[in-house]
Amino acid sequence: MAYRWTNDLTQADVTPKAAYLNRRQILAGTIGLGAIGLAGRANAQDLEPNTLEEITSYNNFYEFGTGKGDPAQNAHQLVTSPWSIKVDGMVDNPGDYALDDLLAGLSVEDRLYRFRCVEAWSMVIPWNGIELADILNKVGVQSGAKYVAFETVVQPENMIGVQRRVLDFPYIEGLRLDEAMHPLTIMATGIYDESLANQNGAPIRLVVPWKYGFKSIKSIVRITLTDKEPPISWNVANAREYGFYSNVNPTVDHPRWSQATERRIGGGLFASRQDTLMFNGYPEVASLYEGMDLSENF
Amino acid sequence: MAVAQTINGGLRRIPAWTIYIVGAIYVVWQFWLALNQIGPYLVEPINVLERTYGEAGLILLVVGLLVTPLRKWTGVNMIKFRRAIGVTAFFVVLAHLLVWAVLDVQSLGRMWTEIVKRPYVTIGMVSFVLLIPLVATSNNLSVRKLGGATWRKLHKLTYPVALFAALHYLWLAKGFQIEPIAYAVAVGVLLATRFRPGLSYSGLFRSRGRQ
Repeated sequence: MAYRWTNDLTQADVTPKAAYLNRRQILAGTIGLGAIGLAGRANAQDLEPNTLEEITSYNNFYEFGTGKGDPAQNAHQLVTSPWSIKVDGMVDNPGDYALDDLLAGLSVEDRLYRFRCVEAWSMVIPWNGIELADILNKVGVQSGAKYVAFETVVQPENMIGVQRRVLDFPYIEGLRLDEAMHPLTIMATGIYDESLANQNGAPIRLVVPWKYGFKSIKSIVRITLTDKEPPISWNVANAREYGFYSNVNPTVDHPRWSQATERRIGGGLFASRQDTLMFNGYPEVASLYEGMDLSENF
Repeated sequence: MAVAQTINGGLRRIPAWTIYIVGAIYVVWQFWLALNQIGPYLVEPINVLERTYGEAGLILLVVGLLVTPLRKWTGVNMIKFRRAIGVTAFFVVLAHLLVWAVLDVQSLGRMWTEIVKRPYVTIGMVSFVLLIPLVATSNNLSVRKLGGATWRKLHKLTYPVALFAALHYLWLAKGFQIEPIAYAVAVGVLLATRFRPGLSYSGLFRSRGRQ
């Protein structure tokens, strides 16, 4: 059932490992290999992926602190093996699944996606992941289910931010079932063909590329099928500012800042802003929200 | 108060202009780090530089407000540094504003929209504007021209400046974060000492001293 969605990128867009490990080093040093890598990526429309260094050093993962560098510094304490995921609610096969068992037999695909944070910065990330629909089909969604709820692990002694109670942990998120089943929605297990770094949400996280980044919940330990809209952490913390849908939308501002433009990470001190795209440049999801007032359902 | 006297003795040997030098070096050094994307500036230098300058400005405003209560409570006298602290605060806040305007929002139209539409930007801008008459009169000629009483009254504007700056930081935080709350509490306590003389260290220093 995988490969429902066709990447608009080709093999030429895959970045050689040497190039993504440290772009600036390449620029300074081994020009030959670096030039090939950069030329290859220049063809990828505007989707030049961020370097692994950028992706793993600038993160929001409040369980490890609120600074952008805190997760990279503190997340090594997270214990990710063994890992099991509790699947419960309106499913045919509920239970505690070892991660490998849950993913056994499912295809891992490369997905180069834009990633837009609600704070108006963005990256381009070459994920490796499994369509969430495949996982949900495997556990068997019952007919009355309308929503999927997710929960992040809590390891208080390994997550220094948990004690600070910046949010009401565990971090929780949710999707409407049709959003969860959309072929763009994946459960990522890797970036650049390597296992996820802990600060990126190891060992498995949600990626919903047309929604603000906080919807893409990290280090998931529980998936619940339900018939009611589940509460989500940021909405619980501040309902006026963060809605359940949180689709990327340049026409609906966050109450405290504009969402019309964004800064692509990686441009240095003089990076210019660029226009934010409706649904983060994934218009194929528009039909999910037909007839809905998106400024009302922000 | 032997400790205070020792500290005062040490402070007397440091000229006030060192504050300007240290402030200028700090601003340039942080800009250089951001330009070369070193340390905390590795991935996203613009936002980090903006916050670094903003926080440094707020710290200087808090330190400026601390001078009088510190003398009242401990006898440590930093009064000769206060003008330099205040003027340096202005220039650091100016650097913060310039990073926001030039590197972050990048257009006059967007600047105006942000100032008008976002209360935390509005209040930050008000705080900066209130600093302008203060920095403009931070010289001996202005003190003479205005007269001591008027000058002191004008410079009570530092109270709303610090208050608005603390609110500006508190307002932009996401979730329940400690740092902005800590600054807001510090400013709140320091302002309370101005209006609640009972909080002063009364037994030691009866005279109110210069504000």
